[in-house]
Amino acid sequence: MIQAIFQYEFLQNAFLTGLIIGVIAPLLGAFIVVRRLSLIADALSHVTLSGIAASLFLSKSVVMFNGLNPLWMGMTFSVIGSLFIERLRTVYKHYQELAIPIILSGGIGIGVIFISLADGFNTDLFSYLFGSVSAVSRDDLWLILGIAIVVLSLVIILYKELFLLSFDEEFGKASGLPAKALHLIFMVMVALVIAASMRIVGILLVSSLMTLPVAAAMRIARGFKQTIFFSILFGELAVIAGLFSAFYLDLAPGGTIVVSSILLLLLAIALKKWQVMRK
Amino acid sequence: MVSGKSNVLLSVWKCVYSVVVKSEPFLFERDVSMASSNIIELKNVNYRYDRDFVLTNINLAIPQGAFLGIVGPNGSGKSTLLKIILGLLKPREGKVVLFDQAQAKFREWERIGYVSQKANAFNTGFPATVYEVVASGLTKKTGLFHMIGKKRRPQIEKAIKAVSMENFMDRNIGELSGGQQQRVFIARAIVSEPDILILDEPTVGVDSKNVQTFYDMLDHLNKKLGITLVLVTHDIGTITNKVTHVACLNNTLHFHGSTADFEQVKDQELSQFYGHDVQRLHHDHAHEGSL
Ligand SMILES: Nc1ncnc2c1ncn2[C@@H]1O[C@H](COP(=O)(O)OP(=O)(O)OP(=O)(O)O)[C@@H](O)[C@H]1O
Ligand SMILES: [Mg+2]
Repeated sequence: MIQAIFQYEFLQNAFLTGLIIGVIAPLLGAFIVVRRLSLIADALSHVTLSGIAASLFLSKSVVMFNGLNPLWMGMTFSVIGSLFIERLRTVYKHYQELAIPIILSGGIGIGVIFISLADGFNTDLFSYLFGSVSAVSRDDLWLILGIAIVVLSLVIILYKELFLLSFDEEFGKASGLPAKALHLIFMVMVALVIAASMRIVGILLVSSLMTLPVAAAMRIARGFKQTIFFSILFGELAVIAGLFSAFYLDLAPGGTIVVSSILLLLLAIALKKWQVMRK
Repeated sequence: MVSGKSNVLLSVWKCVYSVVVKSEPFLFERDVSMASSNIIELKNVNYRYDRDFVLTNINLAIPQGAFLGIVGPNGSGKSTLLKIILGLLKPREGKVVLFDQAQAKFREWERIGYVSQKANAFNTGFPATVYEVVASGLTKKTGLFHMIGKKRRPQIEKAIKAVSMENFMDRNIGELSGGQQQRVFIARAIVSEPDILILDEPTVGVDSKNVQTFYDMLDHLNKKLGITLVLVTHDIGTITNKVTHVACLNNTLHFHGSTADFEQVKDQELSQFYGHDVQRLHHDHAHEGSL
């Protein structure tokens, strides 16, 4: 594959995109997991699906949309969905997780309508659902790189604010943080990262790249910064191992990346057990 | 003067009576005109969540350097009152003044430290070290676009030492006992060196030996460092021994005055309602007298 990477542009695209999302997905995932919002990634990815389906349908039937990268519309839908979730979470103050199934089913519902309008599944859609090594274009890569730069800078700039708000929202508010604005920024970032990751891991498995590496990291890390560090490390390992095996075995990378993440998670759990036993 | 004293005595009596027996509220008339030395002032504050008013007609002035104890039965609105001061809840009517500024205009929130009632039940699985948690108390003070860097380390370590948690600095917060966690939250509240510290039942779950150390620490903060304290507690014994001012709350403020007045209440009268707590009060009292 190393040789092939220098040969084929599509492999370069896939590999670079993989390395990028291996950083940003677990990075945001760390905040998502500690805020107990793991399912939000799932909800938003299904909203992204409806955006992709809408785009595929429109490109078939409306000339204007012909040739538009479906990622744009997926991203737009995802961001709108994230705003809806924030809104619903304030409406159902004591049942914040209720926002998730509402958005999730809404996303699938709209997605399914567009899919049937567009005359059912095609290979394009399949690659969006489970990821693809061959479908990532240069366009996709630039867009995803742009998203990564925005997200990385925001997390670095707002790190202490995001940390405090995730750990203890009431204390954060009492110290005068603009909690609403920060939540909104955070949700939009999540939406962007999901849209970005989808090309490689696929809509159905996006959330796994945000949560599984974090779950593994939390077993062995001390403190939040370390948790982020290990999450990214595990994320990268899973993406690299997943892409290689997907390429050689001709499988959908979504599946191989998730399986690699789970193996790493089991390894981390075993490592922790072994550490405890040894003492 | 004598009549003034007996007036106070009467009001304390009624306060205790109304708080414990929940009878008719009794309003203690007091002078709120000592304006500028007050750190916090509430004027005619009313608050309700969805239905009935939880706080009615609250007038409260907390002078600089005071140690105010707030007592009252469950559901009397103590936590609500604190949240209004902190800006977490907006009063339906009335005015809140912080450091001589209207609350809506107030921006220097780092001057107010806060330990919430449910702090020790909060998100305990969170993968953050004691150091990281305490450092997060500097978020506002450090300001946007700045990191809480190495420069702040001595300040953070000092706060951790102040609650005797220096041996746990790199432990995850979830690996501590409830009382230890509570001490970490206190360190987080004092790390920004606030002018006033607001504590909502901070000693719940802290063992009696550490409760004593904790109150000694509060004493130190108050007397040596001049930090104004507001403490909600059910521990009447502590209230009368350490605090300088007492407020009895039962949806409305029943008494708000100096402890010297509060102590005038005869033990006998109190004991009818407070039972064994009064024993402690009496005991500590005698002890204090012999010093
Ligand atoms: N979020 C809320 N929504 C609606 N009502 C509330 C809410 N929080 C508190 N209340 C009500 O307001 C009243 C005052 O509550 P508060 O928490 O201020 O009491 P408290 O004096 O702190 O009690 P405790 O000693 O148990 O801590 C209670 O009757 C309670 O039922
Ligand atoms: Mg309370």
